[in-house]
Amino acid sequence: MSGLRVISPGFLTTVQDLGRFGWAHFGVSASGAADALALRAGNLLVGNAENAAALEMTLLGGAFEFDADTVIALTGSDFGAGLPTWSAVDIKAGQTVRCGATQSGARCYLAVRGGIAAPQSMGSASVHVMTGVGGRALRKGDALEIGNEAVRLPRRPAPGAPEFVRSGLRNGMLRVTAGPQAAWFQDELYTGAWVVSEESNRMGIRLRGPAIPSPSGHMITEGVPLGAIQVPPDGQPIVLFVEHQTTGGYPKPANVISADFWRLGQLRPRDDVQFEQVTMEDAIELLRDQEQWLYSLV
Amino acid sequence: MTRCLVGVRGILNLHPAYTSVLVDFDPRRLTHSMVEALVREQWAAHRDEAAPQPRVIEVPVRYGGEFGPDLPDVARHTGLSVERVIELHSGADYLVYFVGFSTFFPYLGGLPPELATPRLSAPRKHVPLGSVAIGGAQAGIYPLASPGGWRLIGRTPLPLFDLNNEPPPLLRMGDHVRFVPIGEASV
Repeated sequence: MSGLRVISPGFLTTVQDLGRFGWAHFGVSASGAADALALRAGNLLVGNAENAAALEMTLLGGAFEFDADTVIALTGSDFGAGLPTWSAVDIKAGQTVRCGATQSGARCYLAVRGGIAAPQSMGSASVHVMTGVGGRALRKGDALEIGNEAVRLPRRPAPGAPEFVRSGLRNGMLRVTAGPQAAWFQDELYTGAWVVSEESNRMGIRLRGPAIPSPSGHMITEGVPLGAIQVPPDGQPIVLFVEHQTTGGYPKPANVISADFWRLGQLRPRDDVQFEQVTMEDAIELLRDQEQWLYSLV
Repeated sequence: MTRCLVGVRGILNLHPAYTSVLVDFDPRRLTHSMVEALVREQWAAHRDEAAPQPRVIEVPVRYGGEFGPDLPDVARHTGLSVERVIELHSGADYLVYFVGFSTFFPYLGGLPPELATPRLSAPRKHVPLGSVAIGGAQAGIYPLASPGGWRLIGRTPLPLFDLNNEPPPLLRMGDHVRFVPIGEASV
């Protein structure tokens, strides 16, 4: 079986697929790729099923040596590997793909034709970094096997991120729908300018800005989904991210729309963020457009 | 409701809590009105069904000392002796209301009201796995090492999950739990 060897892991590189669903009632959130759109696109470009496992690099990429001829795709942010991005690229046996520091957002994906053949835990190969479910971050010298699960031929569109991804990476305006406790809040979330805190991680994206008055009223702990914006008593919002807690007791004025989940995965510390409310119908329409683009890669 | 909806195509996750179930669905497969109809239909069909026979699980606990560093604080706060805190805590019958917040974490109802103790003002960065804890009027056990703000009164050597089991967590919604003191309480 062919494989790749980790020459250097970068800052935080993990194996991710689309996540482990169906376990929230045991307290397990889905985890999975922080920018699922980039992961899915990478997989489709190399001819995999969209949920195949790939490498997720964070802020500073790693170097990976391949022991056989293969096809890869680098998607998400450009980590300066000197290879075409968002397109299938041929790799020769013995070749090393060296990624560097990000040139745009927080994450870059390296998808390999056939998928990374990593062991699954609860139906997914995704590493849940905070608990270690699914494994751990890659280290120097780790060897990963490459699977043979490709389902169609690689696709080689003109390299580079599509225009909507490029503009999404430049623009900090995140679109949201009203959350379950929206009525408890004025419009502070929408008038405020927010900065991504360094304490953000795959569990939550912590924002700093003008304190939102902590609304009165007593919350009973309830389920919380990906993208929920919760406001703890200190008034600084937290956007629940892929490794989020499954229940929470803080009120939630809004929820990031599914079509913008990928942008959460590209936010870096100190990035500027603002929020704009859209209707549920708009949110679904935006998701439909994004899916249509994605399947144009097939 | 959670049991009825597990495995339905297009439903990604179910998040039961005290008085609600969050249904997380794939908007590419289902719409809000489809999910609402499904929930109403399941509720009508199953609302009068008896819950399955509850399992009773005994959880051995070493109270106090390095295993329960907050036991003296709980005694002080409640005005009870350490021995009485242990007696009350291990004498109660607990119900797993739901498993949530963090991976495999069981929210236990049934803490004797005398034992209610507020959470720490600043959470610990590292709570060892197996820690038996009180958070306000709630009881729980940390199945994995994690940060946490609940008061730690003891620790269990019982593994609370096995990733090879289906499902992995030992304690599941609806289970009854009893704590059994083991070894000498050290204060």
